[in-house]
Amino acid sequence: MTTATATATALYDIPGPRTRRRHVAYGVLSTLLIVALLGRLVHLLLDTGQFTYAKWNPFTYEGIQELLLRGLANTLKAFAYAAVLSLALGAVLAAGRLSEHRVLRWAATLVVEFFRAMPVLVMVFFIFVALRVHPLPALVAGLTLYNGSVLAEVFRTGVNSVERGQREAAYSLGMRKTQVMTHVLVPQGVRAMLPAIISQLVVALKDTSLGFLITYEEFLHAGKLIASNLDYDLPFIPVVMVISPIYIGMCMLLSWLATWVARRERRSPKTQAVEVPPAEPGTLLPGKQ
Amino acid sequence: MDVLTDNWSLYGDGFLGTVELTVYSSLLALVLGFLMASFRVAPVGSLRAFGTAWVAVLRNTPLTLLFFAVLLGLPRFGLVLPFTVFAVIALGCYTSAFICEALRSGINTVPRGQGEAARSLGMTFSQTLAAIVLPQAFRTVLPPVGSTLIALAKNSAIAGAFSVTELLGTYRTLNELGHSIIWTFVWIALGYLIITLTISAAVNVLEKRWGVPR
Repeated sequence: MTTATATATALYDIPGPRTRRRHVAYGVLSTLLIVALLGRLVHLLLDTGQFTYAKWNPFTYEGIQELLLRGLANTLKAFAYAAVLSLALGAVLAAGRLSEHRVLRWAATLVVEFFRAMPVLVMVFFIFVALRVHPLPALVAGLTLYNGSVLAEVFRTGVNSVERGQREAAYSLGMRKTQVMTHVLVPQGVRAMLPAIISQLVVALKDTSLGFLITYEEFLHAGKLIASNLDYDLPFIPVVMVISPIYIGMCMLLSWLATWVARRERRSPKTQAVEVPPAEPGTLLPGKQ
Repeated sequence: MDVLTDNWSLYGDGFLGTVELTVYSSLLALVLGFLMASFRVAPVGSLRAFGTAWVAVLRNTPLTLLFFAVLLGLPRFGLVLPFTVFAVIALGCYTSAFICEALRSGINTVPRGQGEAARSLGMTFSQTLAAIVLPQAFRTVLPPVGSTLIALAKNSAIAGAFSVTELLGTYRTLNELGHSIIWTFVWIALGYLIITLTISAAVNVLEKRWGVPR
């Protein structure tokens, strides 16, 4: 059956002619409702004068554009640092958690569990306020500690989900512990976890906006500066309308990449011995698995 | 050490503020998430599109941006509410997208044959839903919903930076009072640990009681 409606759920039967007519009626009704809702929103925007020349003109100024671009560049800079460092920290912590030495394993577990249970913002504020660090390093450090810990769990899950036979075969070929890890388990595990890793990077990208709260001059901060300018008639809503599509677009692009990689990896012969989970952000409870 | 005992009421207010924020936002997120999940599995095209758009946009929105837009933007449309309500709206809407996805994948794990068997026994749609699909979906949905709610509790810290009374926000007052900043944060961290571990324990209990590995 090629019915696109509600594919593969246990909820509905394949609709007959009368049900299909009913569904069409519901469809028309709900479309009207949604359109009415959107119309109300646009009306509200027009009513409060959000599309006036005075509020939108500033975006044609070169200085304003530069300000926004500088903010965007700062956001991407923080993201790049945080991404690279948290991948590195994640690798180190995962190695610790997979280690055969009990002390190392416990230490890594403690670190991972603590930083996963803490709000990122608490760490960022702690580093910023208590350790008196500049905004950018504070933001990057906070993001790295949190995302590194989550990524450690992702790496570990990946390595552990490689079929047992792979490890056994590698040992029986006479490979050493480290060789088994680096040549057999890690490549397959990481490959299978690539979608989850990219999804976690989306979280890191989204969380760079926390820099706004510690006066890091990122994208949102640039927006705030423009929005609170009296000369431009306080263009708050226009600023949100400019900034959010860019922010959301960047995150969507990265999320979409994760889904694409997941689809590719599931077909790839190189991940036959591992199960590739869907590109969802980490759903492990703290203290589990 | 005595930062906590000296400022018991301040910490208490902050802690209760975070709990309150978490509980109300969780309720909003669960209701909205359920609604959006039912939209996403509905046989009506436009509702499905609405649900998909809701999830796609909110899952990719930085929460700080959402707080920024809701707390500072909605008042410009003449909507004046306490900041706590705005914070609950922002947190609830944001989390509802994640709840929706968890619920939807839970519903999708119920094998198709279950619904077909129920219908062939003559069960109506609401009977199938209430007696067959939802009970089975509930069991698989518990852990992901639990971790989403923990994430919600942690995200509520952002509200403090927008002058809503909650745990992280207490550091500012304590800092001005000249208390040791390190100890201030130690107690704040402990407060968050208590909240997240409580949710985690509650989910574990529910899972022991209802969860069935499938």
